[in-house]
Amino acid sequence: MQSEFAVELRDVVKKFITPEGNELIAVDHVNIQIRNGEFFSMLGSSGCGKTTSLRMIAGFEWPTEGDIYIEGEPQGHRPPFLRPVNTVFQSYALFQHMTVFQNVAFGLEMEHATKSEIKSRVGRALEMVRLSSMDRRRPSQLSGGQQQRVALARALVKTPDVLLLDEPLGALDLKLRKEMQLELKALQQQVGITFIYVTHDQEEALTMSDRIAVMSYGRVLQVGPAVEIYERPTSRFVADFIGESNFFDGTVKAVNQKKAVVTIPAWKQDLQATLVADAAAGDAVVVSVRPEKIQISEQPKTNDNCLEGVVFNSTYIGSDTHLFLDVGGQQVKAWEQNRVSSLDPHLFYRKDQKLWLTFPAENVLVLPKE
Amino acid sequence: MASSAAVPTDVKRPSLLRLIRENKVAQGLTLISPANVYLVLFMVVPLILVGILSFLSRGEYGQVLFQFNLSNYTRLLDPIYGRILLYSLGVGVATTVLSLLIGYPLAYYIARAPARQRSLLLFLVLVPFWTNFIIRIYAWIMILRAGGFLDTVVQWLHISDQPLHLLYTPTAVMIGMVYEFLPFMILPLFTSLEKIENAVLEAAADLGAPPYRVFLRVTLPLSIPGMIAGTILVFIPAMGMFVIPDLMGGAKTILIGNVIRNQFLTARDWPFGAAASMILMVLTMVFTFYYARRAGLSEELVV
Amino acid sequence: MSEKKPPVWLRIYTFLVYLYIYIPIIILVIFSFNNQKLNITWKGFTTQWYAVLFHDRLVQLATRNTLIIALVSTAIATIIGTLAALAMQRYRFPGYDASEALMYIPIVIPEVVMGISLLVFFVLLNMKLGLVTITLSHIAFNIPFVALVVRARLHGYDNSIDEAAMDLGANEMTTFWRVTLPTIMPGILAGAMLALTLSLDDYVITYFTAGPGSTTLPLRVFSMVRFMVTPEVNALSTIWVLIVFVILLIGQLARNRRA
Repeated sequence: MQSEFAVELRDVVKKFITPEGNELIAVDHVNIQIRNGEFFSMLGSSGCGKTTSLRMIAGFEWPTEGDIYIEGEPQGHRPPFLRPVNTVFQSYALFQHMTVFQNVAFGLEMEHATKSEIKSRVGRALEMVRLSSMDRRRPSQLSGGQQQRVALARALVKTPDVLLLDEPLGALDLKLRKEMQLELKALQQQVGITFIYVTHDQEEALTMSDRIAVMSYGRVLQVGPAVEIYERPTSRFVADFIGESNFFDGTVKAVNQKKAVVTIPAWKQDLQATLVADAAAGDAVVVSVRPEKIQISEQPKTNDNCLEGVVFNSTYIGSDTHLFLDVGGQQVKAWEQNRVSSLDPHLFYRKDQKLWLTFPAENVLVLPKE
Repeated sequence: MASSAAVPTDVKRPSLLRLIRENKVAQGLTLISPANVYLVLFMVVPLILVGILSFLSRGEYGQVLFQFNLSNYTRLLDPIYGRILLYSLGVGVATTVLSLLIGYPLAYYIARAPARQRSLLLFLVLVPFWTNFIIRIYAWIMILRAGGFLDTVVQWLHISDQPLHLLYTPTAVMIGMVYEFLPFMILPLFTSLEKIENAVLEAAADLGAPPYRVFLRVTLPLSIPGMIAGTILVFIPAMGMFVIPDLMGGAKTILIGNVIRNQFLTARDWPFGAAASMILMVLTMVFTFYYARRAGLSEELVV
Repeated sequence: MSEKKPPVWLRIYTFLVYLYIYIPIIILVIFSFNNQKLNITWKGFTTQWYAVLFHDRLVQLATRNTLIIALVSTAIATIIGTLAALAMQRYRFPGYDASEALMYIPIVIPEVVMGISLLVFFVLLNMKLGLVTITLSHIAFNIPFVALVVRARLHGYDNSIDEAAMDLGANEMTTFWRVTLPTIMPGILAGAMLALTLSLDDYVITYFTAGPGSTTLPLRVFSMVRFMVTPEVNALSTIWVLIVFVILLIGQLARNRRA
């Protein structure tokens, strides 16, 4: 390992020409540094540039501007077969005319490995994904989950520096997907290879990743560990895309290091808040509060950020109750966990009930107005 | 950081290999050009030559004289050729309509058969089609000729003692034509009927349509692409046919195809034959474009 | 569509259409064993016509010609047609629509017109009509049919399997030979089968482009049928039908096994 980073995208731009002749910027000045041995996810909705970025790392596309570095080496227009990375495709892309064994052996044959070496390495790879007994089957004779594992073994048997995974669990049903998430994470820790994982499923990204890059319209909005992305989003988009949040327009009144006081004009009231990005007094900002961070009480509390609201909708969803309240003309959502087990309807909040909401200052985030 | 380490040559300096590898347009053109060159040389150029030839004239000994004129086309205005052209059109339309009427219920039956039987039934339609064209015609000659199989059956059933004398009549030509082209109608019809989802038919029934209305309002409209493809596949070859009239129609049935063939091989008036070919070609092309415009050349054309 | 039982009249009707399709073939086969040279009424069983057929020099020559033309034209048309199908399905290039239109020529133009135009073309080039001109013509009408069939099979081809091969270390050439070609092989074989049949079956275009000594089986059968109807033609037809049936049956069984 000659480099600190397994993969680095330096100022990468990718433009396409659409069939109508328009220019489309799929990836827009992206800078990402992925460390060796990391489980790194690129998260975003379709068309955000995550798959294009992955395909550029693999070598199926080339950057229009900037370059991609693998283990410190610039890749330029190097074709995929000369890159030390391997891919697990969304469609698995198994060779239907070959057996499971032949599929996994293909990459080793390309390296001119000896017959005995191929045999032992393929055997180990299939063992790793628990498919040893299936080596003579054809892909069409396997279930979706098994095909997925063959695709994984086929890529891992090459012991690449980096494994690229393009929504590999997308075609599986929910239960199998959850199992595979944990299995993939365990596998990554076992082999110690850098994984770059592309997904549009936030839960999947949060479950598995060491770090996540949230992308939108070709740009990287935030990079960080799951906790950081969720607890300290630096933009309204990220706060909205990952999980749910309440947003209120406001103006910064005062700033004291990481703390701030924000006036919410709709309430004619000040909120004690936390800064996650730069802001100065007088700036127009957006304040974000996650629904499950809001504390609910029937009596007012003496601390700051306590507001009165009226329930206009209460939805029981099993583990939680979702409350929708009217606070001074603004709609606020608050999630309450159902800790007590009871069928007594009076224990649940009712429509038109008056309640007090407390926004803890460390959970009131000041975000730049977009 | 080791970014200043050895830079692979194919990164900074575009090699010839890289240019080939990355030029998708050049790759596509390379793959298509053998076909394009071949088809232009052996289909387009010959057709253009026939077009030119149709404006030249015939010499005394059947040679071609390079005198540009329209006389070949004016000759085609002669009522004799007008009648032949109309007759050919009639035979083409009749063959198409009969194939459609005979083929539709069969295609419908096959499409609704259980999946296992379906491929066998389709296979059975195809087997005679894969045997030789001339052999199929010969089989019908054996059936239709005086004292042949049909006459034997008719006598045996005491319908008539007299031979029917069907061979060498327009009826014989129609029987042969429909037999010849039926599979071309059945296959595209089957393809589009098979595509109709059962849920669509059930939805129509669920909304209160009796079976005949389900057929008229849902099945029939959804099978139009198949009918159009089948019509193109039957009508065009039927229009140009000369072998079946030759063998089964005797001297009485002359189609435009026979006229063309005769001009080239017996009368040796190539320019006139070329003009007749141009008329036939324009006719079929106008027909196809009109049809294709309306429905688009669909995948049903590919059997 | 549904698996509900069709009405009785439709089942009878279907049976009658199949009868219409098969009666001529069955009669053909039966009368190949007829012991009467005029072959009009049944005069008893014999296999002598098969013996006559096997000693018919002209039929032997025609068979040889037919096979040469069919095999050569199928091989060349399959290669050119497959490349064209790959180009049409995977690439966009200037002249795409024109190339596509070119492929529909043999479908929209009557065979007789194609036949005479090729005749004019070869005569103008001063080429001797014979096996070469027939083969060149068969390649021309077969290319589009191969291309159409292969292209239909390429529809839905997952391009990521090629990317997967390259990702695993195969260069473009290796990817094509080891992955692309084997994957589309069933389509290519189907295209080749169609080309072979069309070539074996062709009468019209062969008729216009043939010269002395290059008679093919369809041409030979035509002249036999025209001048004298003998059970020898039935014997030849029977063998032909039998061969086609066996080939088709094998193909069908292979397809069923794969499915």
